[in-house]
Amino acid sequence: MPYVVKRPERDIWEQSYIPETVRGMGVTLRHFFRNVIGRRDTVTILYPEVQRPYPPRFRGLHRLTQRDDGSPRCTACMCCQTACPAECIHIVAGSYPDGHPLAFVEKYPAEFWIDELRCVFCGLCVEACPCDAIRMDTGLHARPVEARPHLMYERNLLLSITDAKGDVLTANPRKK
Amino acid sequence: MELVVFYVAAAVAVVSALVAVSHRSPVVNVLSLVVTFFCVAVNYALLGASFLAAAQILVYAGAIMVLFLFVVMLLNAPSEQPTPEPRPVQRVAGLALAAITGAGALFLLLAVRVTPGVAPIDGNAVALGRLLVGPYLFAFELISVLLLAALVGALVLVKRKH
Amino acid sequence: MTTFFVVATAAKLVLFLVGIITCGALMVWVERRMSAMIQDRIGPVRANAGPFRLWGLVHIAADGLKMMIKEDFIPRRADKLLHALAPMLAIFPVLVTFAVVPFGPTIDFGHLGSVNHLGPLFEGRWATTLQVAQVDVGLLFVLAIAGTGVVGAVIAGAASDNRYSLLGSLRAASQLVSYEVTLGLSLVGCVLVFGTLRLEDMVLWQHHHTWGVVVQPLGFVLFLAAAIAESKRTPFDLPEGESEIVAGYFVEYSGMKFAAFYLGELMEIGVLACFLAVFFFGGWDVPFLRADGIHLSLPMLGAKFWAMPHWSVVLLQLGAFGLKVCGLIFLQMAIRWTLPRMRYDQLMELGWKAILPLSLANVAVTAVVLHALR
Repeated sequence: MPYVVKRPERDIWEQSYIPETVRGMGVTLRHFFRNVIGRRDTVTILYPEVQRPYPPRFRGLHRLTQRDDGSPRCTACMCCQTACPAECIHIVAGSYPDGHPLAFVEKYPAEFWIDELRCVFCGLCVEACPCDAIRMDTGLHARPVEARPHLMYERNLLLSITDAKGDVLTANPRKK
Repeated sequence: MELVVFYVAAAVAVVSALVAVSHRSPVVNVLSLVVTFFCVAVNYALLGASFLAAAQILVYAGAIMVLFLFVVMLLNAPSEQPTPEPRPVQRVAGLALAAITGAGALFLLLAVRVTPGVAPIDGNAVALGRLLVGPYLFAFELISVLLLAALVGALVLVKRKH
Repeated sequence: MTTFFVVATAAKLVLFLVGIITCGALMVWVERRMSAMIQDRIGPVRANAGPFRLWGLVHIAADGLKMMIKEDFIPRRADKLLHALAPMLAIFPVLVTFAVVPFGPTIDFGHLGSVNHLGPLFEGRWATTLQVAQVDVGLLFVLAIAGTGVVGAVIAGAASDNRYSLLGSLRAASQLVSYEVTLGLSLVGCVLVFGTLRLEDMVLWQHHHTWGVVVQPLGFVLFLAAAIAESKRTPFDLPEGESEIVAGYFVEYSGMKFAAFYLGELMEIGVLACFLAVFFFGGWDVPFLRADGIHLSLPMLGAKFWAMPHWSVVLLQLGAFGLKVCGLIFLQMAIRWTLPRMRYDQLMELGWKAILPLSLANVAVTAVVLHALR
């Protein structure tokens, strides 16, 4: 059973190309005149001056949220480090000494490194964190730097980054 | 004014014709032939034969030379290498032929009184058309049949290979 | 040859050349902005001269400056002479064919204020036609010079030492040679109807009778198709098909040499628009406007006549020619941004199996009808 390729059937009117060309030019010119004299349908954004607003769930650079007293919410539980598929998080845990007001938390990150060059911005660290200590709601891109180590973000830097509204605390009302 | 144009065009035509036969690179040969055709066309136009001038450029410089260029490019002919000496017979025959042609041209130049023929400035194409489909109709039709035969022959030759 | 003739011809030459080249530069802007508008973009609007952006017009100057200071790159194994010669050869036919375009009727500087009863074309002491060269075989001249345009493309490809260039110039050569035949044949109908090869007389015929597009509608469509193929623009832009052979025969060109190819192509649109206007849209003819004024004959109102001074008639007719040319350029641009590129076999089939037989049929039918009417 030979396979018969179906050729499109065109009548002589279509085959002459002229009416179809005229129809196509109608579309072209409709766009042209609508953009020149009518309302503008142009979708171009003049980038540096005009910026497209990011959606609220945009995953930007990380930040470490702070408690009200300015100490990191992070308890060095290593959940994010474990969850990270790119293995870009490195945590060295330290413990609060007895008698410290936060001694009930037991641990804190003595060091907290994120290699923003390795990060794939998947957001799994945020999902994994039980304390809402790491968030990606900054709305920032990794900025261009001159040397690779400049994108190794360290604990205090991460703590100082704010969210899009300029807040260093957690944005999750449940955690407050 | 016209004399100056004539001498310039004629000189360029002769020089570029010499280049056309003597230069090594085939592309340059073809191009200088185009220049020759253009200069000849200028001289036709000076004589008032504007139709002939246009036809010269249209047919030779436009169509035939493009075909030449096409072939040169397709075959990617290398620049000509010094070839071994041609056979002595060829050399003698070539010289003899050149001598005969040259003598004939010289004879014509000396013997025939050249009167500057002034073609009618207006209706050049009309006059030519009337001649072609009038007194020379038979020759005209014969030539078109000849060209048609050449066309069909070329098609047959191409078809046989497939 | 009077002094006035020499001065007038020189003035016309300078004016038209400056006009053409300005027109070519403007066309860059038109093409970029128009394509942007068609595709719902806004196009280049960034270049500015101080606070002035002029809807992106400053980009012409910026582009020109960039082209001039760009490195003039020549491939190491390229033929230097031919590589430099090719852009000149490519731009030559465009500039030369402009010489025979009748931009307007005769203008008489001695009688600018009075009413002209002599008709649109006449001779006089201070009169000059608005056309650089009146050639006896104008149409053949146009076709002959236009036919040499392919030499530039072929030389560019052969001299560049680049396979894409070579492929591009092969495509260009076969395409141009194929469509040149139709280009000529589609105009034979016009020649039969107008009974002349002189472009100014063609316009005169249309001035006295009716526009060419009315008597040769098929010829118009065929000529338009062949002309767009000759100018190597979409849908016939195979010689420079970017997705297949980078930029075709001018891959290896940069700086002003590239600009010559680019401007040549754009100016060719202008030339084609001029010829379309001359052959099919009456050239400088304005309906109802004769050399001495407006003649209106309406069925209800009867014949009306308003006399107009010579200068205003010529100005109107020049403006009409400009308007027609602009409209036809616009048409070609719109076609270029509407249709997709053809495949090579489709191109050849359209050329040899559709357009050429149709143009032959057009010639035959025109001849028979003309004979029957006589």
